[in-house]
Amino acid sequence: MSILHTVNKSPFERTSLDSCLKFAQPGAAVLLIEDGVYAALTGTSAEDQVKDALNRVKIYVLGPDLKARGFAEGRLINGISVVDYAGFVDLAAENAKVQAWL
Amino acid sequence: MSEIVKKFLYLNRKAPYGTIYAWEALEVILIGAAFDQEVSVLFLDDGVYQLTKGQDTGGIGMKNFSPTFRTLGDYEVKNVYVDRDSLAARGLTQDDLVQIAWEDFDTEEEVENIVEVIDTARVRELMDASDVVFSF
Repeated sequence: MSILHTVNKSPFERTSLDSCLKFAQPGAAVLLIEDGVYAALTGTSAEDQVKDALNRVKIYVLGPDLKARGFAEGRLINGISVVDYAGFVDLAAENAKVQAWL
Repeated sequence: MSEIVKKFLYLNRKAPYGTIYAWEALEVILIGAAFDQEVSVLFLDDGVYQLTKGQDTGGIGMKNFSPTFRTLGDYEVKNVYVDRDSLAARGLTQDDLVQIAWEDFDTEEEVENIVEVIDTARVRELMDASDVVFSF
């Protein structure tokens, strides 16, 4: 059983995503929520870092937070999956624990 | 009403919804607009996310305040600026942003979109030229 990591801060303002991706074990799940969803978009200065991480961890983004901020799923980096609140619960249940990167 | 007109700059550097800064800034801008000062609003860093089109907060149970930005022109705010480098770093262009129309009700002068994308030199000039800077 692995860890579900949640990141709720913008990658352009905080180092939460950097640290999360650095310490997450291969095979771990990373869920981007709240301002963390900006890391899931294409064309940003964080894109290469996120694409690189997709080789090691599974990355999810919370759909309602993405929609609130005005972005459609077409703007997401390939390989990132959208989940709803029920999907968030499933991820929490599937993993041994949840680690929040605030 | 005071005769003294100062140049107010509202500096917005935070993304919407994740924190309360963006909403608070908008409230202060709208209140300040009632005082007939010369107002500029600048979106920098993650602040550029405040102006993205198509925001739909139905799923997160928060008020979508992005439509309120489109009314700034009605509050005689004519200067809305967005930092070009901040957009570029986030993979955004002006097409991703809302438009804000402005109209002078006395002269009937109209501007279709007062949102202007500016470079670093213009941002510096704007800050230098301002009498007061409100930071959010």
